[in-house]
Amino acid sequence: MNSRQAAYPYLMWTVVFIAVPLGLIMYFAFTDMQGSLSMQNLVQAGRYSSVFVKSIWLAAISTVLCLVIGYPMAYLMSRMKGVGSRTLLMLLMLPMWMNFLLRTYAWMTLLENNGVINNILSFIGLGHLQMINTQGAVVLGMIYNYIPFMILPLHSVMVKIQNDVIEAAQDLGAGPGEVFTKIVFPLSKPGIKTGVMMVFVPAVSTFIISQMLGGGHNQLIGDIIEMQFLGNAYNPNLGSAISLVLMLLVLMCMSVSGFLDDEGVEERLL
Amino acid sequence: MKWYSKTYIGVFLAFLYLPIMILIIFSFNDTKGRTFTGFTTKWFVQLFSDAAVMDALWTTIVVALVSSVIATVMGTAAAFGLEKMDAKLKSVVMNLTYVPIINPEIITGVSFMLLFVTAKKWFATMGIDFQFGWTTLILAHITFNVPYIILNVLPKLRQLDHSLVEAAMDLGCNPLQAFLKVTIHEIRPGIMAGFLMALTFSMDDFVVSYFTTGAKHQTLSVMIYAMTKKRVSPEINALSTMIFIAVLAVLVIVNLLERRNEKKLKQVSLKGKDGAAQ
Repeated sequence: MNSRQAAYPYLMWTVVFIAVPLGLIMYFAFTDMQGSLSMQNLVQAGRYSSVFVKSIWLAAISTVLCLVIGYPMAYLMSRMKGVGSRTLLMLLMLPMWMNFLLRTYAWMTLLENNGVINNILSFIGLGHLQMINTQGAVVLGMIYNYIPFMILPLHSVMVKIQNDVIEAAQDLGAGPGEVFTKIVFPLSKPGIKTGVMMVFVPAVSTFIISQMLGGGHNQLIGDIIEMQFLGNAYNPNLGSAISLVLMLLVLMCMSVSGFLDDEGVEERLL
Repeated sequence: MKWYSKTYIGVFLAFLYLPIMILIIFSFNDTKGRTFTGFTTKWFVQLFSDAAVMDALWTTIVVALVSSVIATVMGTAAAFGLEKMDAKLKSVVMNLTYVPIINPEIITGVSFMLLFVTAKKWFATMGIDFQFGWTTLILAHITFNVPYIILNVLPKLRQLDHSLVEAAMDLGCNPLQAFLKVTIHEIRPGIMAGFLMALTFSMDDFVVSYFTTGAKHQTLSVMIYAMTKKRVSPEINALSTMIFIAVLAVLVIVNLLERRNEKKLKQVSLKGKDGAAQ
């Protein structure tokens, strides 16, 4: 038996379930409902450029905030030993087992006009805030849902930074700022790349968070795609064209960040 | 640890668990509304007699288990074969493997929908009735699960001590026997980690299931999504409270077992050192 053959079922699988579906998106994007060649869909997709810009903008803000909030957390976790670090890691993973829609729904309960936070605010006499159905709420939802995907790759890179290296730098007279800029930050760069990708991609294409926390007037590109396939505006050809543009934009963002060109992607993903 | 580090961790965990606390509190709420009116456990009782919720839970578990098992078998075999493949073909396959991971989920979802709609039309011309449902859900879940198996198993295969496999063959194993008796035991941690990851992602998946589910069987996520358009039934809150407690219990037990193992290992290694010193 040739052991290469062990991969053949999977080879066929990738062709049928990965390559063909991608080909179908291309086919639908460049044809009209009758199946004849057409550029109409891509032209129409251009009409949503403001939604594209808004989606990328909100996803970028969320990604940066996830990095800013998650970086210290990952660092602190990586410097703990034994039980402490394991417990924290466990506490970080546990929410992922609760349904992601339910957690977002719970934020609705918190942010509503008659919600928990507003009740507390008015109870202590601070009045009332409009929180739900704002862009801020969408960004909050993205940060909440995707921050574990920032912390986990950062953590897995940072645990490999030995304390000896940091102590050596300190012995050589580096202050806390210098230890960060010269040791910790450069060594954690692969984790940053992975984390940024793992947060940005789902954030830019979400349609649930924007529907639940953003109300009707905060539509993102994911909402538009969903509407073309399962919503009122049924038009899979236009939906495919928008998906194709989104896919190309994401690929572009990733090649700019240098994610695709170095080795050992799998080591950074896991 | 400094006080400000502890505060940071505390505030972060509070942020992470705030909505989960709300979920749990409302599973004991007397009325269906989103204000707390009184304590009750009736939703926990109702949950088990609600056929729709039980069906969704069943669908979720079966789809997750079946797709993870198939993905694990196929992915492990694929990783094994890929190791032996020439570099060019391997890099083409690996690039395809990354597609479900780095592509936005919604695009994976709609591309499956296009595939199944096309297949449905194609089967119809041959007189076969192909419906969205179990099959489409499981096929889609296998596809986004396999990459996690391959990515977990490949590094373990690279660390594998090939002399062990050769020894097995010298002792009369054929390659398949050598794989089943030696290799699979050596790479087991990778297989297990991949399987658990696949199971987790499959259970929590909404987007891909949403585009590939049929009218008859829904996963929990798809059902909850339909509910969020109006009001989520407190039964669902009760269900998540139970899932939360179950997962917490499993994690605590695993953690305690690991701790005990570590202590034992430490004692053994200390004894070993003492023995060497004497």
